[in-house]
Amino acid sequence: MDGLLPDLEVVRKDFPILSRALGDGWPLVYLDSANTSQKPQVVIDTMVDHLERHNANIARAMHQLGAEATAAYEEARDKVASFLGAPERDEVVFLKNATEALNLAANTLAWAGDRQVGPGDEVVITEMEHHSNIVPWQLLCERTGATLRWFGITEDGRLDLSSVDELITERTKVVSLVWVSNMLGTINPIGEIARRAHAVGALVVVDASQAAPQLPIDLAAMPDEERPDLLAFTGHKVVGPTGIGVLWGRRAVLDQLPPFLGGGEMIETVTMERSTYAPIPHKFEAGTPPIVEAVGLGAAVDYLSVLGMESVQRHERAITAYALEGLQTVPGLTVLGPLDAAERGGAISFEIPGVHPHDVATVLDSRGIAVRAGHHCAKPAHAHFGVQSSTRMSSYLYTAPAEIDALVEGLEYTRSYFKLD
Amino acid sequence: MSTDLDALYQEIILDHYKHPHHRGLREPFEAEVHHVNPTCGDEVTLRVHLTDGRVDDVSYDALGCSISQASASVLTDLVIGKPVDDAMRIHDEFLTLMQGKGQVEPDEEVLEDGIAFAGVAKFPARIKCALLSWMAWKDATLSAVDPVETKKESL
Repeated sequence: MDGLLPDLEVVRKDFPILSRALGDGWPLVYLDSANTSQKPQVVIDTMVDHLERHNANIARAMHQLGAEATAAYEEARDKVASFLGAPERDEVVFLKNATEALNLAANTLAWAGDRQVGPGDEVVITEMEHHSNIVPWQLLCERTGATLRWFGITEDGRLDLSSVDELITERTKVVSLVWVSNMLGTINPIGEIARRAHAVGALVVVDASQAAPQLPIDLAAMPDEERPDLLAFTGHKVVGPTGIGVLWGRRAVLDQLPPFLGGGEMIETVTMERSTYAPIPHKFEAGTPPIVEAVGLGAAVDYLSVLGMESVQRHERAITAYALEGLQTVPGLTVLGPLDAAERGGAISFEIPGVHPHDVATVLDSRGIAVRAGHHCAKPAHAHFGVQSSTRMSSYLYTAPAEIDALVEGLEYTRSYFKLD
Repeated sequence: MSTDLDALYQEIILDHYKHPHHRGLREPFEAEVHHVNPTCGDEVTLRVHLTDGRVDDVSYDALGCSISQASASVLTDLVIGKPVDDAMRIHDEFLTLMQGKGQVEPDEEVLEDGIAFAGVAKFPARIKCALLSWMAWKDATLSAVDPVETKKESL
């Protein structure tokens, strides 16, 4: 098969969990990577080594271990900056996850400052967002009196851009959208939308939770008007640990936003009356951060960079094309979202009439196959297609074609188990 | 065929799933509730009609998996026609079975077709599916029995 990672078998050996057997000895077929990715040995070892040899608090400990821990944490920031092609390394803020990053944006935009959103202003999102890019903006609008508006979805699962002129107007203060949909797999034209949003002076926020694992990102290489202002992703979907997320933001924008959480590390000086704040990124990193998680994330993005994100993307496309083909041989199965692998990511949601997604997932699980069933935190997108839930398979750089074969066979078995023929 | 899977999907469950009993929303009713399983999105709207301390009717409209659908069907079979107190005891017995991690021996005299759910208790991810309509029924029944008390509790 063209496009697969050349050393796929070697790559798979980097991920110890992939050699597990489940149930009655079924080899694990992990197709839930859009939920969380598996971790290569190098990430696990780096974190263990940090805890065993270099553990100390950062930026405040005046001893050798403190210096080592601080250096490891800040090196992780350099690695993430390079992974994103960030114009400046200090534009990379470490947070807990992508949800916290999006909440940081939606909260600080509600507070007094140069970018404050108020009554009469509009915030534009899309119907294919994850709940974490819907709810924070609903809260922002409730708190500020701004109005929430959104792009709809077309029949084939793309953003409906026909209404762009009515949606993005002089009143628009923020446009926040997902780069790659976690449910439909759709890759959105963020450059084109950013250009439109910037033309009316709006701030552009991009949820890159599913894009960062799959697409090469080079922020500095993007034309200025197409580059987002803020971009969020989470560590655990890019073969890193949980508990660490990233908010990248243009320096000018991060400087304008007020602090999010107050506490240690984010200050310059504190008196009983008032405080002044540290420069970015520390202004947004109050309290002891997730240190070993950041170090693990550094190792994770290094791992991806060695494989090459172009190669990872090619692999994902090849597997996704193969999966789309295989899934469509299952009688009655409908894929939700675009059918062209070149225009989508590796998450494929589908329905089999007559079997509820939970039941599909349970039957597959009994054969060692891990998929997700439910609404995937995208209830509005499901509602758009008139379904309450779906089954989702999501591949990653370690997915082998044989695993897709196992899935298709598992789905055939599911159909026969529920006597659909 | 996997034995674990067959323990979960007993024929009785699949029968209730394909041919659910007492489905649909009916009048009259004293209380209606809407319960959702937020992790998976399964939903049930359920009504109860009580006469003189007896469960006269339980009607429902549910969206969800085979386990949650079959469970609603079995629930209605078990409680319709029973005094509320007896029905509550059946509810408690079913709850104990579901929370028993597969260690509780179900009493067929009390739970009838409900014993088929014994296997569900071994699948932690699916217990909530089996309990959705039972929780909805208890909630609706309590507010039908004593609307004022229930309102106070929820304040």
